[in-house]
Order: sequence, then structure tokens, then C-alpha cells
Amino acid sequence: MTDVGIAFGRVLFVMLFVLNLGGLLTWVERKQSAIMQDRIGANRASILGLRLWGLFHPLADAIKMLTKEEFYPARADRVLFSLAPFVSVFCALVAFASIPFGDTLPIAGREVPLQALTFNVGLLYVFAMLSLGVYGVMMAGWSSANNYALLGGQRAAALMITAEVAIGASIVGVVMVYGSLNLMDIVRGQGALLGGWLPMWGIVTQPLAFVLFLTAGIAATKRIPFDMPEGESEIIGYFVEYSGMKFGLFVMADLLETVVIAGMTVSLFLGGWQVPYLGHDGFAFPWGAAVPLSPLLVALIQVAAFMLKVVVMIWFLMLIRWTLPRFRYDQAMRLGWIGLFPLSIANIVLTGGALLLWGPR
Amino acid sequence: MKPVQRVYLREVVAGLALTARHFFANLGRHLVHALGRKKSRGAVTIQYPEERRPYAPRLRSLHRLVRREDGSPRCVACMMCETVCPAHCIYIVAGEHPNPEIEKVCEEFTIDLGKCVFCGYCVEACPEDAIRMDTGILEFSSYSRGGMIYTREMLLALEPAGPDGTPRSPVPIPADRRP
Repeated sequence: MTDVGIAFGRVLFVMLFVLNLGGLLTWVERKQSAIMQDRIGANRASILGLRLWGLFHPLADAIKMLTKEEFYPARADRVLFSLAPFVSVFCALVAFASIPFGDTLPIAGREVPLQALTFNVGLLYVFAMLSLGVYGVMMAGWSSANNYALLGGQRAAALMITAEVAIGASIVGVVMVYGSLNLMDIVRGQGALLGGWLPMWGIVTQPLAFVLFLTAGIAATKRIPFDMPEGESEIIGYFVEYSGMKFGLFVMADLLETVVIAGMTVSLFLGGWQVPYLGHDGFAFPWGAAVPLSPLLVALIQVAAFMLKVVVMIWFLMLIRWTLPRFRYDQAMRLGWIGLFPLSIANIVLTGGALLLWGPR
Repeated sequence: MKPVQRVYLREVVAGLALTARHFFANLGRHLVHALGRKKSRGAVTIQYPEERRPYAPRLRSLHRLVRREDGSPRCVACMMCETVCPAHCIYIVAGEHPNPEIEKVCEEFTIDLGKCVFCGYCVEACPEDAIRMDTGILEFSSYSRGGMIYTREMLLALEPAGPDGTPRSPVPIPADRRP
């Protein structure tokens, strides 16, 4: 019974974290872009005269989306048409499950890993789910009986293959360094200190892979600068025939994927829940100072550190999204296939050589 | 294209630095503003209905009819404005003025604002300075065409705009807008 309760709590925590963050991202996106562009941003939605910097706008959006007409094109495949947004959102939502948000926490005599899904191949699971998400997009494109939607769906498929290959090749270096496909083990490995003082985060050991992964990861979210599946100025994209909350779900899926990519970047390259020099029983600085802390406090600090890192990473992804213009379709393909992919392979070779020379025997 | 530009990464970083600088500078200004220094502004936005930008003195806004000292319109129904109007939106009916020194007065002076193009020719043409476009009122709207027709009494009731172009008389609400 306790086991079920603990498992339920873990899943609920991750679910609420991802869902709330995803919902909040519509507000973050509006406000951040506004501040970047010397504007104020949406601030008119109010409840009883209370505006809270536009924080009610996601709520207002949801009410508007839910009360809008649900439109079905006359020749659409109604089953696939209705199913598509849910596939997209489902895959984006479950992808976060195997990302650890903290170390183990002692509850009722058990060491509970702070991770919704303890999984030996958690790394592969996340990317499997991310690439499954493109099925929703393709279904939407196919079932709409609209040429623009079909074109958008095909572009999404092409983009996803390009991005997935680059992602898969770029994380091989990380897997080689930390020697595991289990995300918890990878994050634990990043707690080691290089030369006694530098935390062995992925960005230190795999700087090239970090850039490649981030680029390909942004492509996997289908957002600007890689939003050719939408491309509102050329084809409106795979959701051209959608209205109401179904359209909202597609937007939501993009934002959830942003959260997942941010979480993955943090877990693989920015130390996950690791805080530099924070061990199981407190801080132990390389110059000898030590601050003892209780295990519960350490766990809380680590969870908070993970959330902070994810939020900062999301901020960075939003910064990219509101800075760069869209790649043309062929440019994105060229970048993926003759830019990112060969570089990822080179990174694998370099990592292998470095491990042979200096790595553990 | 230079090889450095082909790699694209350096340009991306430069662009991100620019937008990030804007983000943090504006965020800092917003915070200082929230802490009480109202002069610090993080955005160039003018929050329109509550806040207005000052209008230029030459702005052509809603027309008004200028009154004499006794309150009757200055208009002598010479039909100059009606003739010059390129949109044919002015309709004047002339009548006797009670003062024998003044030959005529407009009994009706109707402007169909649904047709008006705000060229200001009527103001230019008027020999008596009887019509002006200086009320500062821009927000007149209606759900029907009839609601855009402004009569003599409505136009006579309007006051010129104050300094900065802020309207001093209320926006005339057409009949179909009354709750």
C-alpha cells in the first residue's frame, strides 16, 4: 500500500510539475517576448480588478478555447482528426517521466528515487516518446484533407527524423562518458569532481554535444527557428483545420516538449539535480570547509536546484525562440544532415579517443 | 559569405546577447518602476484607453460648429463646405437668422461621419471660421449607419480639445449605442 502511495506521489509530482509549467509557459512566452521587445505584453485579463501581470491570461485562453466551435472539415477522417491532438499531448506529457528530479529520499524505511519512472533505458524512453509525438502531427496533417496540412505533417516528419538522428548521435558521447543509459546514473555521475574542484557536468565533459543536442532539441520541439511544420507565413501547417481546444492542445504539446527538452538538457549537461559540492550529508567544499545538512534538507535543495535549472533552461529556449528567424525548409535539412549529424559522429570519435587516453580503465 | 557567418553559431550568440541585454535592462527598469521610481520605464507601450499620447495641434479630429456670443451657430449657410466636400457628407438647410444684421443661419447642419474622409477641406473653405476639427475626439463608432450621422445640435455642443489634445467634451454617443 505504501509502495502504491509513493509511486502515485512520484507520478503526480512530475505530472503536476510538467502540466503547470506547460500551462504557465503561454504566460512566460508572452511576457518574456514583450520584455525583450520593449513592450508590456498581455495584461488585461482581470478577476475582480486583480490583474497580476497578466497571469490570468492562460485561464482566459483556456475558457475561450473550450467554448469555441469545434470544426470538422467535410472530408476529414473524423476519428484520426480527433485523435491527433491527444496523441501529440500524451507523448509530450509522458516523456518527462524518466527524468530524475532529485536523488533518493528516505520515506518509511525505503530509499525512494525521485523520478516518476525508474528505468534502465530512461534516456531512450524520453526520445522514443518525443519522436512518437510526431505521429500526432502527421495524423493531423493526413486526416485534415487539406493540402497545406498534409505538407505541414510531412515537414514535421522530415524534421523529426533529422532532429532525432542528430539527438541520438550527440548523446552517445554523454552515454560513453557516464557509462549508462539510466538518467539517474548519468546525473549521479555528474556529481563527481574533475581535478578535485570542477563539477563533472555534461557541459564540461561534452561541450560540443551540448551545442548539438540543444540545436537538435529545439528542432524536435517544432518551434521557431525550426517551425517549418507550422510556417504560418508559407503554409499554415498541420493544424490549419483545427479550432478550439484541439488547436490549443497542439500548442500545448509544443510547450510541453519545450519543458521536456529543457529537462533533458539539464539532466544530461547541466548536472540535473546536482548542486556543486553538495553531497548526501551537506556541502563539502574543495577548500576544506563543510556545512553539514540533514538528508531531507539536501533532497529539498536538490529538487529546488533541478526546478531552477529547468526554468532557466526554458528561459534560454524562449530567448532563442524570440531571437532567431525561421530556417527555410532546405536550410534546416542541410543543417541537420550535413551539419549536426557529422559533427555528432566526430564528437563520438573524439570522446572515444579522450576516454582511451585519460578515461577510467 | 564569410566562413564565420556560414557556421552561423557566432551570429546566433551575438543575436542572443542583444535580445538578452534588452531583456535584463527592461526587466531592471520594470523592477525599479515597481519599487517606486515612476520615471523608469521598461517599455515604450502607451496603455491606450487609460493613457493617451499627446495629439498634435494640427490633428484633424471630430468636427464641431463654433458658436457666436449669443449661442447661435456662426455658420451663415453659405454652402462652401458642402460644395468643397469631396465625400459629399455635409447637408445644410439654410434659414433666417433672428438678428437682421445676419443674413442666414443653418437650420440643419448634418455630417454623415460614415462618409467623411477627414480631409479638413470644410475647415479650410469656411469664410466664417464656423466649423473646426479640433475636438480631439477620435473614438466615435456605431453599430449602424444611422448612428454615424451627427446633427447640428450634437456638433454645437462640442468643445475644443485642451492642451495635449485631450478632449474636453464627452464623446457623443449615437442613439443606437445607449444601453
